[in-house]
Amino acid sequence: MDFFKKIKKHTKISFLNYGIVIAFYFIIQVVAMSGHLTNSLKGQLIPIVSYVIMALALNLVVGISGELSLGHAGFMSVGAFSGVVVSMSLAQTIPSTGLRLLCAILVGALLAGIAGVIIGIPVLRLNGDYLAIVTLAFGEIIKNVLNCLYVGMDGAGIHMSFKDTASLNLAADGKILINGPMGATGVTKLSTFMAGTILLIVVLVIIQNLVNSRTGLAIMAIRDNRIAAEASGVPVTKHKLIAFVTSAAIAGAAGALYALNYSTIAPKKFDFNTSILVLVFVVLGGIGNMTGSIIAAALLTILPELLRKFADYRMLIYAIVLIIVMITTNNEKVRAFINGLKKKPKQEEAKNE
Amino acid sequence: MSDKAQTPVLQTSHLGIDFGGLTAVDEFNISIAPTEIKGLIGPNGAGKTTIFNLLTKVYQPSRGTILLDGKDTRSMSPVQVNHAGIARTFQNIRLFDQLTVEENVKIGLHDHIKYGMFSGIFRLPSFWKEEKRAHEEALKLLDIFGMADEANVRADSLPYGAQRRLEIVRALATQPKLLLLDEPAAGMNPSETEELMNNIKKIRDEFKIAVMLIEHDMNLVMGICENIVVVNFGKIIAEGTPTQIQNDPQVIEAYLGGRKEED
Repeated sequence: MDFFKKIKKHTKISFLNYGIVIAFYFIIQVVAMSGHLTNSLKGQLIPIVSYVIMALALNLVVGISGELSLGHAGFMSVGAFSGVVVSMSLAQTIPSTGLRLLCAILVGALLAGIAGVIIGIPVLRLNGDYLAIVTLAFGEIIKNVLNCLYVGMDGAGIHMSFKDTASLNLAADGKILINGPMGATGVTKLSTFMAGTILLIVVLVIIQNLVNSRTGLAIMAIRDNRIAAEASGVPVTKHKLIAFVTSAAIAGAAGALYALNYSTIAPKKFDFNTSILVLVFVVLGGIGNMTGSIIAAALLTILPELLRKFADYRMLIYAIVLIIVMITTNNEKVRAFINGLKKKPKQEEAKNE
Repeated sequence: MSDKAQTPVLQTSHLGIDFGGLTAVDEFNISIAPTEIKGLIGPNGAGKTTIFNLLTKVYQPSRGTILLDGKDTRSMSPVQVNHAGIARTFQNIRLFDQLTVEENVKIGLHDHIKYGMFSGIFRLPSFWKEEKRAHEEALKLLDIFGMADEANVRADSLPYGAQRRLEIVRALATQPKLLLLDEPAAGMNPSETEELMNNIKKIRDEFKIAVMLIEHDMNLVMGICENIVVVNFGKIIAEGTPTQIQNDPQVIEAYLGGRKEED
């Protein structure tokens, strides 16, 4: 027990989060093997993992760096469509599906990260809510650009056009990869639950280690008091940019994972509502609380499926559930109860999750 | 003392700033020796904090030059000024509220912890080595004010006096050549003020740095400052040792009100 006491609080939280993810993975595996996994839940596994990653990424911006982003779905779609193009164009070169998925995720993260840099450099030099406004616009712009983007591939390589499929000038053996508002069609599904879980663990390692390092401390200091951080010799724009670009890149990776789970994916999937949905996960899970983000994103992704039997009243019930959660988590008695649970040994807490 | 012979750590000439048509500070010329404790006093609204903001580049001066260790700070940002050797505290406390006491000090050490973002993410050996060093350094600094026991307390749950002390420790952690203290004794009781006086002297002697402080507590100012600058309406009206200042008619007039009409 002495050993446990010596470990710092945030190290405990980090390992609790790894534990939750690994436990979730194994529980699903056991349920699947015993044949109790319903088809609807099975189809939800990769979206759950993708949204958990999205929530973690957004929490890095909203909770740790204290800025507001309303366009994270935009980064997700950059990752999604670049991931699709990469995976389709490499179909012949790299036969291994795992390796192809890895390439798609890496390219998706890279391009979304570059988009993050382009937005971040001018906007993060300002103080205030400018990031929210600009990311809101970014999300809409990306959606509209993708709506009129046509990408095709033939023996000569990749063709791109903003007009229509005909202007792609594809050879007879050519194949359309992205078809404007229809999005990507005929995508080979590469994402697996295991790959998603591994990506989630990697993302958790990156975010938690970043937050619990000199860089993360500087990011939180800027959130708490910008002027004092500057006076203590912490470069402000650089650290805000680190948080934002890391978050954008992770959102891109989540997008690639998400898109490669479907055979067709349209740009309108990543609209403003998706950005807000992810923000709801973050706010409901607790701003700056990574464990909360994981749980909230997972539960709220499953919830609409569970509410399917209420048919037309689904979204109404969804809203009511959100309101109830907000009221109860702010209730003094409930909080005291949760704090009481936290004082018990760690193993019990992990079980309660 | 041989202080006068050494190059001053800070020298300003003709420093001034205008806000629109209002001249807040004008013709501010001072020179601080490397281990001097200088007081900056004056009635409310005289421009004392504005002077600190000019020195740390929170405001860009409208005219004049600031030489820090002989280097012109004209093109420097607040961050660069800090790296060049000026650290400060604030009149209205500015701590990193949601971080712990130790983490607040580690922010002060930010520029002196040598590992990159990737070592941090992948937990390379340099991360562990430097974090350990930063932890020890932070505790050592906190110990000056007897705060090492509170290292894991959240900064905003500290009592007021301790928050002021933590700000000084954080400023000290940036390893400055000149420490600017903006009303360090505000809100402290007489015994705490007494302790603060001793600590300021101790810091100067141990770290061999210069200190400039704004303070309204005259016991503290007269007790530890070797030199005092008095400002009123943005201009220096007197400069000298505590005894000289106490007997300066202009200072008395500025503080107690003069009989201008009769002159």
